[in-house]
Amino acid sequence: MNVLVFADSFNGSAVKAAHEAASYGAKIANGGNTSIVTYGEISESSMNELASYGITNILHANGINDMDPARLAKLVEAAANETGAEVVIFSHDYTGKSVAPMLAARMKAGLVTGVIDYPSTDGSFTVKKAVFSGKALAEVKFNTEKKVISLLPNSVGKTKTEASANVTVFNPDLGTSSVTIKEFKAKGGEGILLTEAELVVSAGRGLKGPENWGMIEELAKELGAGTACSRPVSDIGWRPHHEHVGQTGIAIRPNLYIAVGISGAIQHLAGVNGSKVIVVINTDSDAPFFKAADYGIVGDAFTVVPKLIAAVKEFKAAQA
Amino acid sequence: MNILVCISKAPDTTSKITFTDGNTKFNEDGVQFIVNPYDEWYALVRGLELKETLGGKLTIISVGGADYEPILRKALAIGADEAVRIDANPTDSNQVAAELANYAKANNFDLVLLGKETINYNGSQVGGMMAAMMDVAYVSNASKLDVAGTTASIEREKQGGTEVLEAQLPCVISAAKGMAEQRIPNMRGIMAARSKPLNVIAASGAAALTETVSYTLPDAKGAVKLIDPENVAELVNLLHNEAKVI
Repeated sequence: MNVLVFADSFNGSAVKAAHEAASYGAKIANGGNTSIVTYGEISESSMNELASYGITNILHANGINDMDPARLAKLVEAAANETGAEVVIFSHDYTGKSVAPMLAARMKAGLVTGVIDYPSTDGSFTVKKAVFSGKALAEVKFNTEKKVISLLPNSVGKTKTEASANVTVFNPDLGTSSVTIKEFKAKGGEGILLTEAELVVSAGRGLKGPENWGMIEELAKELGAGTACSRPVSDIGWRPHHEHVGQTGIAIRPNLYIAVGISGAIQHLAGVNGSKVIVVINTDSDAPFFKAADYGIVGDAFTVVPKLIAAVKEFKAAQA
Repeated sequence: MNILVCISKAPDTTSKITFTDGNTKFNEDGVQFIVNPYDEWYALVRGLELKETLGGKLTIISVGGADYEPILRKALAIGADEAVRIDANPTDSNQVAAELANYAKANNFDLVLLGKETINYNGSQVGGMMAAMMDVAYVSNASKLDVAGTTASIEREKQGGTEVLEAQLPCVISAAKGMAEQRIPNMRGIMAARSKPLNVIAASGAAALTETVSYTLPDAKGAVKLIDPENVAELVNLLHNEAKVI
C-alpha cells in the first residue's frame, strides 16, 4: 500500500522522530510507495538522511515556514491525494498532535495517536497504543479505508535501506492563515532536547536546592543525556518548566531514565513509565519508585552521583 | 464573549485500572471519576477568568450518558453559567468531535477551550478534529492565553522552546499546564450549581471511525535489582552489558 509520512523540521533539519516515522512508514508500505511530505527550510543532507529509510519520494513545501496546523493539515491532505496514500504517519510530538487530528477530520479518516508498534494487517488493520497514562495498552481497529497514525517516538527504532528518493518541490494552495507566529523563544543552553533524548537524567526534591544540579548536568553530559525534573522542583522554580516530566508535564520514553532523589509518585510515573530501563537513586528504600525501577541504589545522591560520574568517565575512557 | 469549554470525565489518577467484557471495556466499578484535569484546571478556569474580565457567557459541554451529570455539576459549581450534555455513549474521538463541532457551529462561540488531552485515553485528538470540522483556527498545548477584541494571544511550549502567537477568533485552543490555577468550588458555588441549567440534547448520530478491540495490562515489572552504593561501577557495567542502553 502507499504510505505518506509527515516530517516536521526544526532549525533546518528534519526532527529526529521523523526518521523513525519514515522507517515505520516504509515497513508498513511493504513494497508500495513511501513518500514524505515536509516543509520550510531543510538541508540537502537532512533530505538524504530521511530518504535513506526506504523513501521513494519527498514532497517539499519550501514555500511555507509558518506552523499553522490548519495549513499544514491542508498540505498533508494535498500530498496524500498526490501520492495516493492510504495511510498517513505522523510522529506523536508537538506538531503531530496539532496536525494529525485536523488532517483526519478533513480526510474523514480514522485516527489513532501515540501508537507504539507496527500495525497488524491480518484481516483488519489494528494498532497498539498506551492508555490510562501508560497503565494499560489498547488494541484499536480502523473502520476506514484511509488511516492516520501518530507514532510515539522511540517505539520501534529505525532501519536504513539503499533507497534514494526523488525530491519534488510541492507548494499547493493552502489558503490564508488565521494564526500568526510572533516570536519563538528558544530554550537556552547546548543541552540535548528532552523530547529527543535517548538517555535522560532526572532529579527531584531530594537534591535539596537548585545549586546542587551541577552534578546532575555533569552526569548527563558524560552520558550524552538530556536533563529532566519532577513537578515540585519545577513548581518552586529550581528548574525550568520545560524539564518537568509527568502527568501534567511531558511524557517521555527514553531508553534509559535515571531518577535521582525522586520518590516516584503515580503522577510522575505516568510521564516516564514508557522508559525502557529505569534506574532509581534514593536514600529512602521504601520510595515507591523502586517498584517501577529495573536497577536501584539505596543511598545518598550526594555521594552516589559523583561516584557514578567517575564510573561513567572510566567506562567512556575504556570504550574510546 | 461567548465561550464553550468541552469537558470529559476521567478516572481519578490513583484508580486501579481493570477491564471487563473480555477485556473490551474499562471496568468502572468502584472507580472515582473526576473532571479531566486539563479540561478543569486549565481550560475551564482560564475561560472563567476571561469571562470575568471581558464579560459574556461560559457554557460547558460533554458528550456522554447520564453518568456525566455529577461532572457537569462540579464544573457548574466552579463557575460555568450553563451546561449542555449531548446524549450519546461515544466510542471514539471522531464521534465526540463531530457532536461537539455540530453544537459549536450552530451556537456561534467566539472561543472553544478544552484540555490538551484526557488522562485516560491520552489522545490529543478532539480539539484539532473540532477545529477542522468547524473550519476555524486551532492552537494546541497553550500555556498562556489572553483575548483582546477578536485576537487571542497565546504562548505554547513546543520542541526546543516557546512559541508566541496570535490567532483570530473564533478558534479552538487546547490547554496545558500554566494557563491557570485550579479553583476549588466553594459552598455558594455548589448551591448555585443546583439551579443552573443543564440541557440534555439529542446526538446527531456521528459515526465512530475506530474501535478498541481489546485492552491489556502491561507485563508486570520484575523486581528491582539493587546495587551496592559502594560499588557504583557495577551499575555502569549492568547498563552496558545487561540492559545494553549505554
